[in-house]
Formats: sequence, C-alpha cells, structure tokens
Amino acid sequence: MEKVAIIGVGQTKYDRNSPLTFAELVFEATSKAIEDAGISKDDVDNIVSVSSDFWDGRTISSMAICDASNAFGKDITTVEGDGTFGALYGMMRILSGSFGVTIVCAHHKGTESSMNGITNCSFDPLVERKLGIDAVSSAAMQARRYMNKYGLLEEQFALVSVKNHGNAMRNPLALLPMEITVDDVMNSRKVADPLKVLDCSPVTDGACTIILAAERQAKKLTTNKKRVWMKGVGHCSDAFRLGDRDLADTRALKDAAKRAYAMAGIDDPRSDICFAEVYDAFSYMEPLWLEGLGICDDGMGCEYLERGYFDAGGKLPVNVSGGRLSANPVQAAGLYAMAECVLQLRGEAGKRQLKGVDTALVHGINGMCGQSHCVWVLGK
Amino acid sequence: MGLYEDKRKRTHTPEGYELLTQESGHLEYDFHWHLGYYWSKFLAELRDNQRFMAVKCPECGTVYMPPRANCGKCYVEMNDWVEVGPEGSLEGFTIVRFPYIDPNNGEMKQVPFTSIWVTLDGASTRMMHFCNEYDEKDLDVGMRMRAVWSEERTGSIHDVKYFEVIREKPAKKAAAKKPAKKAAKKAAAKKPAKRPAKKAAKK
Amino acid sequence: MGKRVGIIGVGQTHHAAKRLDASGVELIAEAVSRALDDAQLTMADIDAIVVGNMDHFENINYVDMWAVDGLGACMKPVFKVTTGGTTGTTVGACGYYHVASGLFDVVLAVGWEKNSESDTQAAITTCANPTLERDPFAGAIGPLATEYSMYMKAYGATEEDSARVAARDRNNALNNPYAHSRQAVTMEDVLNSPMLSYPVKFLDMCPRSDGSCAVIFAVEEKAKKLCPRPAWVHTSVVRHDYTHFGDLEWQFMPTLERASAQAYKLAGITNPLKEFDVAELYIPCSTCGVKWMDSLWFCDHGGAPKLIRKGTFEMNGQLPINPSGGVIATNPIGATGLIRVGEAAWQIMGKAGARQVKGAKKALCTGFGGCSWTDLMILGADLP
Repeated sequence: MEKVAIIGVGQTKYDRNSPLTFAELVFEATSKAIEDAGISKDDVDNIVSVSSDFWDGRTISSMAICDASNAFGKDITTVEGDGTFGALYGMMRILSGSFGVTIVCAHHKGTESSMNGITNCSFDPLVERKLGIDAVSSAAMQARRYMNKYGLLEEQFALVSVKNHGNAMRNPLALLPMEITVDDVMNSRKVADPLKVLDCSPVTDGACTIILAAERQAKKLTTNKKRVWMKGVGHCSDAFRLGDRDLADTRALKDAAKRAYAMAGIDDPRSDICFAEVYDAFSYMEPLWLEGLGICDDGMGCEYLERGYFDAGGKLPVNVSGGRLSANPVQAAGLYAMAECVLQLRGEAGKRQLKGVDTALVHGINGMCGQSHCVWVLGK
Repeated sequence: MGLYEDKRKRTHTPEGYELLTQESGHLEYDFHWHLGYYWSKFLAELRDNQRFMAVKCPECGTVYMPPRANCGKCYVEMNDWVEVGPEGSLEGFTIVRFPYIDPNNGEMKQVPFTSIWVTLDGASTRMMHFCNEYDEKDLDVGMRMRAVWSEERTGSIHDVKYFEVIREKPAKKAAAKKPAKKAAKKAAAKKPAKRPAKKAAKK
Repeated sequence: MGKRVGIIGVGQTHHAAKRLDASGVELIAEAVSRALDDAQLTMADIDAIVVGNMDHFENINYVDMWAVDGLGACMKPVFKVTTGGTTGTTVGACGYYHVASGLFDVVLAVGWEKNSESDTQAAITTCANPTLERDPFAGAIGPLATEYSMYMKAYGATEEDSARVAARDRNNALNNPYAHSRQAVTMEDVLNSPMLSYPVKFLDMCPRSDGSCAVIFAVEEKAKKLCPRPAWVHTSVVRHDYTHFGDLEWQFMPTLERASAQAYKLAGITNPLKEFDVAELYIPCSTCGVKWMDSLWFCDHGGAPKLIRKGTFEMNGQLPINPSGGVIATNPIGATGLIRVGEAAWQIMGKAGARQVKGAKKALCTGFGGCSWTDLMILGADLP
C-alpha cells in the first residue's frame, strides 16, 4: 500500500460567536495549511470538505465554502460526520491513484444555533425524539451505565476535566483553558445527572484543514520535517437505538482500533503508542474510549486516570491539547485532534511539546453516545 | 434482475392494519448567522449609503457582487472595494407562481414573485434580487435595471426593495429592445472563445 | 497504485410519490436487499458501506447512524457523504474510491430520499446563502427556466425541442418497472401542460419521489469471480465550482463542460457522441436535455436542437439517453444520481430488461445539483 502523509495543517482559534462566516473560517484554516505545507494552491487536486447541513442551518452545507476551500476547477466532495472520517476519505482518494494531494477541511459554528434542537434531530422521530432526548441527556445515560457496570464515581470522571482544562492552559488556540479542581467540577451546575457543566464540552466555533499527500507527491513537495505518515486507520459503527446496545460496551471501537493497529503493524498499543487525542465530548468518555482502544482493560480507565497515567507528564499522555472538553467544534474536532498530533510529532507543539514521541493515536466519533468510531495511527 | 413485489399501491399491512403517517409537530430552532467582515460592510453600505460595494480580485480582476473574502479561482484574499451599480443589466429572470413554505418563518411564500439576476454596472458576477414586474411579456434579458431603495433600511438585502426596469417613453419601445438582441448576439459571439478544450489538453 | 473497480450488483425500490408502506430505513433495506440479490451476495460479503441523502427533506440528523439497520451497517464501517442534488453520484464516486483505494474489496453505496415527508421547495431553498440569496431564490426551476429562455433567444431552440425531450424520457419510463411516473405522453401533451415558470411547463419538470438505490462495487479480482459481466468504472470527475448563485455563467453549462472534457481525456474518449452506447444523464428539466447536450461536447454551442430534431437521442437513435426515463420520470433526490449509475451499470451488464440498449459497452452518467454542479462517471464493459 502506498504511504500517505499529512504535509500541512491549519487551524483557526477556537471561538464562541465567532464574527467570521463559514467561508472566512475555512479560508483562514486552508490558507494556513497551504502555507504550512509550503505548497502552491495548484498542487492540490481534490478537496474533501466536512460539514453538517443541520449544524450550518442550510442544506448543501458545502456550498458555503467552495471558493474558500480552493475547490475551483477541482474535484470536491463532502463527508457529513467527524473530521476523522473526512480524513479517511481523503486518504482513500489518494490511494485510488486518481489524486495526489487532498485538502480535508472541516468547519463548524455550533454557537449559531441550538445544540439541543440539532442533536435531538438525530434521534428516531417516532419515539425517541418526542422524549426530548439530545446529545447531553443521552450521554448522561451512557455515563450512568458505565458507572453502574464498573462501580465508578463522578469524582473519577472529574479528573478528566481537571486534566484536560489544565492541559489547555498551554494551548494558545483553546477556548476554555482553566486550572480547576475536582471540587470545582463536582460543584458545577448539574446539567443531566450525573453530568455537570464541567463534565461537558462547550459548544464551539472553529475550522481546521489538513493537507494529505501521496508518498510520491509528499517527497516532491515537502521536506521530511513536515511529513507525518498515516500509518493505520479503521472505522466501525454500532447499532443505532440506545436500547439496542450496551452503552458501556465499546465493541465498535474495538473493531475500528483492531483494523487501525493491524494496518499500522501495532501489536501492543500500550507500548507502541506514545500519546493520544481521544474524543472526550464528555468527561466519562475519555476512560471509556481508552478502554475500547485497548490502552487499558475494560473498567480500568478511571484507575489509570487516578494514577496519572494519562497526564501530560504520564506514561501515555492523553489530550494534551486540552481535548474536546476545552473546545468542541463537533465535525471539526477530529481534524483538530489530528492537527495537534501532527504538530507534536513534528516537534512544533510549543509549550505542550511531548518529548521523544513518534507514534500518535487519534480517535473521532460520530453519532450519539459514540455510535461510530474512527481510529487513526500517525507516525513520523 | 428479479421480479420484485411492487408495494406502491399498498394502504394496509398484509394482516389488515392501516398504514399510518405521523406529523412531526412544530419544530423550530433559530440560527443567528454571523456575517463576517465582508457582508457586514456590504449590508451597512446598503443601509447607510444606499450603494453597492463589491470586491475586486487583485490577480484576475473579477469584481464580485456580492462580495466575499477570497477569489475562488485565484485563491487570494480580496481587499479592494469597488462601488458598482446602482444600475445594471438584467441577465435572467423567472416569475415564481407556485407557493411553498418560506423557511424563514414557516409560512407560505407570497406568490407571484419575480426573481432576477442582475449584473450591476462594473461588476463581473450577478446579484440575485427581486423585480416589480410580474408578466413575462414585459421582461427581456438585457434590459436596463435600477435599484429602488426601501424607506426603512436595516442592513439586509431587503434594503433594496426591488429592481425596476428603466423604461423610456412608450414611443421608444423599439429602441429599448435593442440591448436584448445585442446581449444575445454578444453572448453567441463570445461562446467559441470560452470553450476550455485547449486548457484541458494542456493539463 | 489504485485498484480497478467494477459494479457487480444494483438494487432499486419501486419509486413513488409517496411510499406509504415503508419508512426511510425500510426503503433503504428494500434497495439493499435487491442489490445483494442482484449480485448474489449476502451482507456478510460487504466490507464497508456509504450512504447519502439531503438532510432537510426528512429532518433526520446523522442519517448514516439512524439507518444502520437498513444499511446492514451494524458493526461495519460506514459514513455519509452529501452534496445536494449531486449526492447520488457523490455516493457512487465514494463507493468507487473505497474499493479503488485497496482498503475494502466489496462496498455498498446507497442513495435514498423520502421527498414526501416534507415541503421539497422549502428544504431546497435553505441551500442558498441565507443572508444574500435565500429570499429571492426561485427554487430549482428558476435558474433552469431562465437559462433556456436565453438559449432559445441565442440559438433558435424552441419549446418543441424541450417538449420532445420530455416526451422521450416519459415514454422511455414505460419500460422501467421501477420508475415513479409512467405515462405515455405526446409532444402536444407536454406543450399544453400548465406553465410553471416560463418556458418550463408541468410535464417538462421532474417529480419528487420516495425511493432508494443501492450499488455494489467490487475490486477487480472479486468482481471477475462474482459477476459474469461487471460494469467497470473508467473514471469519475466532479466540478462544484460555484458558491453563490449569482456567480453562474448562463451562456453554457460550465461545470458540465469542464468535467466532461476532463473525464473524456482520462477515459481516452475523443468522439463522445460516437463512442458512448448509452447515457443516463441527470436531466431535471427537459430544457436542460436540449441545452446541456452542447456542454457534453456532442456538438458545438447551439447545435443541440438539430440533434434533438433528428432523433439522435431516442431509443433507436445514435446515442440513447435515459432509457430508464431519467430524472423527469423518477426523482428521489438523494438517490437520483446513483440511479443514473445503477441504470448505466445494468445496461452494460445486460440486465436492463425491456429498456436494454443492445450491445451497450460504454456508458456515461452524470449528476447535477447545488449551484450548477456536475458529477460525471464513465462505465465500460471492458477493463479501463
């Protein structure tokens, strides 16, 4: 299989009520990525945009950013889901041999409308929607199931929030960098039991672009320093209805991770992975997904957290960017996570730079309660 | 290809239960879109100065109406503002007679309404707006149009009430038709040069 | 490099104005099970799935998640692509790239729509920029009507020419058991039908339908084993060049010209009118069936009326267009583009029943939507 590299990244600063339009955000992120890669706009031959009609409030959401994404005269398509899936499609298009350089650009302006209404619409119209269920209330049910299954406590989940907001202090792009304590999290306003405000990710605006290149193009257009290789990827979806699956069973994630690790030649993720960016839309999700990723045994995520295993200075740092808890531009979030890993692997992560890292794990989710997962292994 | 059962005319299940539908009920959530630097300026100029501000690409010279942040073709940011209009040429029009739900307010759209594409003088691209004529016989591509401003302007495209046809006195009706033929001839003459066949071969 | 890919199975629902008997998921399941049947496969043989539709028609967010039961996607890789009217062909292209990448061997691509569940125009209207273009947006018909009136003026095309196209597609649909609208019409019937938006009349225009289409793509080695005559994908090209409706150039159909020029070059086609045996084109309105022939390089600008009047594109003509009845007979928007691919594939596979073009070896499919966007795919009986 030909290798594919990420050769450029561009990110806008996470924001709330950003005064910029979708197009302006995407133009900023994409121009930055093109400049970062050191290529010309004409070296790009196709674009995968990632956006959501629902979140944008207009159907054919990609229409808003055609000009802004350098799509004129080029092939373009749109994935509606997390940026990690968009990156996967971008990679497929290169491996097909039809294209050499792909722009993957995601945009999201969640603060322009109602997260509750929009996520309520992802539930079945006949029964579930009428219950008023949305992203937060469904996540609350998943959190409770996870707690019941393994005897976990809210205080343990709070550690994720403390860690990630704290990590965000070193990320100039972050929306919510905060030094907080477990008590702060426990005392924050209850949103949907057992979730409190500080257990939830904030509605965020942002756009992120990464540029992928086939090995032949990457070697021609960039230097070794800029290139981060896409070593393995896998994606898999679980059942739709919340009642059709055990919300604390990460079987779809395990399947996706297995595919990614096999492709990347990883036998033991615990020792082969140096650090990870995991989709912590809610605090409890971080340990839950880390179990599904095989970083720790089922039910052990919280114990590892308590031991500091996932701290920035720990054995396997997780979410040193601040994670989604510090900023969550839904569809763009996975792409931001990939961008962060690229910067870390290149040694360009500033104050949050991890030492001696060569293999990263990126995880994105789609759908409610992490129904579908996409797992990436990136390496230098 | 097998012979599959055609269930299109079914109204009941095989056991005799009536096939039901369900109304979604009223669902409404608002969006408050931010307009960014370019449209904020564009609308403010409509509201305060009754003029149309476009942007020009520094590389290809295309004058974009309405303005936007970057030129799609050249992929550069645009910061050269150019006033265009207030008159222009009618490039296309259609009179909509069938009503449908207006997504702005959930009510039925008022019909008929006339939607037009007008190239304001000095602009390269067309602007979409309304016209106050409702009979196809009275409109022709190539006619000269001018903006009619609303009394109350709030920073929206409705600050222009509509575009009206600039008509000479009835005696000069024959003369008024000329621009249409010219535009059509011009368009016909232009075509062969615009075909990108050679460009494709170069790639 | 990349793998070569063939289509080995296609499934369609019986398309209708309103499928009272099936929910969206059930419609998808109907198309998917028929596609598996056509390819003689089971769901266990499918390695990945891709789905597409236009969200606002059914108001369901994360459709790929909601439809897993119908898609067979539980514990399988799945994601969604969507690009408005071109969604169907975008889904087809996505299925192709899944397999061409070498990551998956057998991939299911599904397009669907239940247009009866909402006000189609209202939903489409939200595609326009809400601040600048939504209010004057005249719906899908507006721009198409305008461009034809200009074309008539410039080249002497007539309303009879477009009526001939409408009659062609509608009468072709009589051979298609899946088509939504199957009525025998004459040119006079079309010309006498109510005017919608000058010069487009009721019978010139496509309906909106409930329906789904599923296409199975397979990698070369498997396709050869599983299917006696796969429809090989020769190329896929997309041009979605415009962002604002006002940016469109009316004199010709620019994205179609550019996309087809590129596609013909990649597929080694120099005389499309001669080299294609059949075409399934996304013609939403019969006027497009006149004007856009120029942009497919079948003739010079303005040459289309002559070809139409000669009967070039009829079933017994030089290049039959839309033996299935096309979009004018069936239009479940998220599926429509994919139906073009599926029907063209059946033509090559020799499975098109009463609408089969004898000895079809090379087919052209197009998708249209959004801001005058074009998707294009070329299929062939021979390996590319």
